[in-house]
Amino acid sequence: MKSLRVDGLLLVILLALMVVGLAVSYSASGGNVAVVKGQLVRIGIGLLLMVMVAQLPPHFFYRLAPLLFLFGLLLLVAVELAGDVGKGAQRWLDLGIMRFQPSELSKLIVPLMIARYLSERPQPLPWIYLAGALLLIALPVVLILRQPDLGTALLVMASGLAVIFFAGISWRLMATGTGLALAMIPVVWHFMHDYQRRRVLTLMDPSSDPLGAGYHIIQSTIAIGSGGVYGKGWMNGTQAHLDFLPESSTDFIFAVFAEEFGLVGCVALLILYLLLLLRGLQISVTAGDGFGRLMAGAIVAIFFFYVVVNIGMVAGVLPVVGVPLPLISYGGSSLVTLLLGFGVLMAIRNDQKMWTK
Amino acid sequence: MKHPVFPETGQLRDVMLRSLLLLAVAGLAYRAFYLQVLQTPFLQDKAANRHVRVVDEHAHRGMIRDRNGEPLAISTAVNSVWADPTQFVAVRHRWSELADLLEMPAGKLEQLIGQRLERRFVYVKRRLTPQLADQVKGLGLPGIYLQREYRRYYPTGEVSGHLLGFTNIDDLGQEGIELQFDQLLSGQPGRTRVVQDLYRRWVQPVESLEPALSGSDMTLTLDKRLQYLAYRELKAAVHRHRAASGSVVLLDIPSGDILAMVNQPSFNPNETSGRTPAKVRNRAVTDVFEPGSTIKPFIIAAALQAGIYRSDSLIDTRPGVLEVGGHKIRDHRSFGRITPKQILQKSSNVGAARVALGMDAAQIEEALRSLGIGRSTASQLPGESDGILAPAHSWRKLDQATMAFGYGLSVTPLQLAKAYAILGNQGRDVSPRIVSQPAAARPAQVITPEVADSVVRMLEAVVTPEGTAMQADVEGYRIAGKTGTAHLFRKGGYDKERYVATFAGLAPASAPRLAMVITIQDPKGEAYYAGDVAAPVFARVMSRALQLLHIPADGDSLPTRLVQPKGIPA
Repeated sequence: MKSLRVDGLLLVILLALMVVGLAVSYSASGGNVAVVKGQLVRIGIGLLLMVMVAQLPPHFFYRLAPLLFLFGLLLLVAVELAGDVGKGAQRWLDLGIMRFQPSELSKLIVPLMIARYLSERPQPLPWIYLAGALLLIALPVVLILRQPDLGTALLVMASGLAVIFFAGISWRLMATGTGLALAMIPVVWHFMHDYQRRRVLTLMDPSSDPLGAGYHIIQSTIAIGSGGVYGKGWMNGTQAHLDFLPESSTDFIFAVFAEEFGLVGCVALLILYLLLLLRGLQISVTAGDGFGRLMAGAIVAIFFFYVVVNIGMVAGVLPVVGVPLPLISYGGSSLVTLLLGFGVLMAIRNDQKMWTK
Repeated sequence: MKHPVFPETGQLRDVMLRSLLLLAVAGLAYRAFYLQVLQTPFLQDKAANRHVRVVDEHAHRGMIRDRNGEPLAISTAVNSVWADPTQFVAVRHRWSELADLLEMPAGKLEQLIGQRLERRFVYVKRRLTPQLADQVKGLGLPGIYLQREYRRYYPTGEVSGHLLGFTNIDDLGQEGIELQFDQLLSGQPGRTRVVQDLYRRWVQPVESLEPALSGSDMTLTLDKRLQYLAYRELKAAVHRHRAASGSVVLLDIPSGDILAMVNQPSFNPNETSGRTPAKVRNRAVTDVFEPGSTIKPFIIAAALQAGIYRSDSLIDTRPGVLEVGGHKIRDHRSFGRITPKQILQKSSNVGAARVALGMDAAQIEEALRSLGIGRSTASQLPGESDGILAPAHSWRKLDQATMAFGYGLSVTPLQLAKAYAILGNQGRDVSPRIVSQPAAARPAQVITPEVADSVVRMLEAVVTPEGTAMQADVEGYRIAGKTGTAHLFRKGGYDKERYVATFAGLAPASAPRLAMVITIQDPKGEAYYAGDVAAPVFARVMSRALQLLHIPADGDSLPTRLVQPKGIPA
C-alpha cells in the first residue's frame, strides 16, 4: 500500500492543538472523563475524514463543488423545515446517530463553490462575475441567518468574500465594497435581534449590565486576567470550576485556558495558530492552479476568522457571537468541518508536490 | 517554484495578507498581555471577590458561674435564618413555604425582604430551635442560609437579673456583669475564608483566618443558694409591706465576696420584655438612700477612736430634745444619762447628736470616708454610685448633728454593708468584690480592733428585747446589728409619712463572718419601723446562710425571742 499523503507539519500542529483542547476540556468540565472520550471520538472521525480527503486530487473538489453546494443548500432548507431547536435556535439536523449542524459544512462548501466559480475568470474580475459570486454567497447566508445563527452566517459570508478577495478584485471595487458594507451597518442594525444589539452595546461597556449581557464578557475577562503571567495551573482555574464562567467548555474555553496557563500559555497557543495559518498560506501561495490557490486561501481565511473572532470575543474586544475556538472547543461539527478543510489543504499541497516533481 | 497568489498585484497582496495575519495575532497577544499583566492585580481581586468570601464565626460566650460552679449564665448554640434577597427573589412563588414554616404572618416576608431586594443580607428569623433549622434547610430554597449563633440563658432568672445583666441579640453585654466583663466573656469571633460558587452554596472553607476563640468562663463570688434565699425573703417582705423597692446585700467577711445581692422590683433576663430601667437597675449599687440610725455605730466608733468618749462614758440625753441651730432633735422619750451602747440600743438621736457635736466635723468626715462612705466600693459592678458625703467644712452645726443619725448623707446598700463588714473585720478594710481575686496583701486598719470589737458588742444589745431589732435574732447565734428608719427625702423636704427601713447586721457576733444590709423603701403598711420590716428578713436569710455555710453557732438559744416588743423606736 502506498504511504498516506499527509502534510507532516500541519498534522503535528493540529495534533498539538487538539491535545491542548482535550486537556482544557477535561479541566473545564471539572474532570469529566466522558467529555474527553466523546471529544476523542470526534477527533478520530475528523482525522479519518481529513486523511481520506487529503488523498483526493484537488480537481475532484472542483468537479464536486456545484453538487456539494446544492446539497448544502438542501440541508439548510431541511433544517429550516425539520431542524431541532437548541438554545432558541433551529440549527441542528438529527441524523439518527448524531446531531449535526449543516451550517458548519457551509463554511467549507461556500468558499469551495466560489473558488470554482471564480478560478477560471479573467483578471481583474468583471463586475458581473462579482455579482454572481455575491449571489452564491447570499443564498446560504440568508438561510443561516434565519435559524438564527449570526456567528456562522458571518463566517460563511467572510469565507466567501475572502475567496473573492483572493481572486483579485480591483482596489477600487474593494474600497467601494468596504464603503457599502459600512453604509449597511444601520440597515443590519435594524434587522438585528435585540439580544444581538445588546451584545454589541455591552462590548462598549460591559459593566452597564453585569448580570445580563455583560456577564459573559466580565466573567471571561476576569478569568483571563486572573491567570496572570504563568496561570493558576492546569485544573486550578477557579472561575471555570465554580460555574462562574458560562459556556466554559465550548465557546468560552479560551478563558479557562488563559486562566490556567497564563500569558505564557496564551502566547504559545497563538504561536501555534500562527504557524498553522502561515503554513496554510504557504500552501495557498504555492498551489498548482488558481482553484487550489483560492481554495487554500479560503480555508486559511476561515480558520483565521475562527481564531480572531473567538479569542476577540472571549477577551472582550469583539461582540459575543457563537463561534468556537477552532480545534480546542468541545463540540463536533466545527471540529469535523475544520479537519475536512485541512484535508482539502493537504490535498492541494499534495497536488502541488506532484506538480513540482 | 513559487507563484504569487495574485498574478498582477500579487506581491503586494501577499505581503498585505501576511501582515494582516501577524497583526491580528499580535493584537490578540497584546490583549492577553493587557489582561494578564497590566490588569492582573485588579482582575485577580475581582475574581477573588466573586468566589472567595470571608464569613464570620460567632464565638461561644463564656459561662458565668457562682462560687460553687453552679451555672448562672450559659450560651447554647442556635441557628438564625438569613436571606440573600438578590437570590431569594428568584423563588418568590415559594416564599409562603418559608413563611408557613417560620409561622410568620403573610405580609412579613414581603416587608422584610421584598422591600430590600438590593441588599445581600437580611435576617429572616433569629434563634431557631435545631429542629426548625433543619426543616428550613430541608426546604432547599436558594438565597436562604443558616447562621450559627449563641443564645444566652440565665438559669436563675429574675433572682440574679440585676447582677448578671443580659446580652442583646448580637450577644453583646448590655447590663450588669455581662456588660462589665463583655470583653472577657465574648471572646474573639473567628473568620473563615470560604470558596463558593456563583450560587453561594458553600463549596469549601479554604482557610481559617482566625479561629473563633471562645470567651472565658468566669466565676462570681455569688452563692446561688443564698441568692435565691435573699431574693425570696426580700420579695416576700416588699410584697407584705407593699413597699416600693428593696435591696439585700450579703458580704463575706473578710474577703469582701458578695455572696448575695438582690433587688425588688426585678426582671427576668431571659425575656426581652419588661426591661424598664426601674426593674433593670441594680439598686444595691446604683441607688442611694439616707442610712438613718444605721450610721450611728460609726459615729460612736469615731468618738471612741478619737478618745472623746469611752465605752462607759455617760451622755446626757435629757430632756429627750436637743435644740441645734433652731431645729429640735428628738428622741421618743427621755432616755436620761446613757452609755454609747445604750445610744445604739435605744437608737437615741439626741445621744448620737451630742456625741457628734462633741467632735470636730473633720474628724467625723474622716472617719466616715475611711469606711468608704461617699466613695464607690470599686466592686466592678456597673453603675455603682459614690453616695453623697459633703465635705466637713460645708457642714453647719445642724448638719453635723443630724449626720449622727443618718440624715444629710447618702449611701448605697453595698457601701453600708462594707462599712459594717469593716466593723466585723476587727476594723480592717474590706473590699467588696463580685469576682474572686487574690485578696489585698494587708488590708488597711480603718478602726482599731478594740474599738471595732467594742462597737460590735454594743450592737449585740440592739438585737435583744431591750433593743430595736429583736426580730433580727437568729436562734443559736449571736447577732450584732442596727436598725434605721429614715424619712424619705422628697422634693423640698422630708416626707413625714414615708420611710426607708434599713437593717444592717453582722453574724456571728463573736467573730463575724457575714455582713448583711436590708433596705426597704416606702413600706405602706401599718409597720414601717426597720425593726418590723427589715429585721425579720435579716433573721430569715441569715439563719439559713449560717447553716448553709456551716458557720458554727456561738450563742445560746435566747428565750427572749418569745417576746415580741412593739413600738420600739428605731
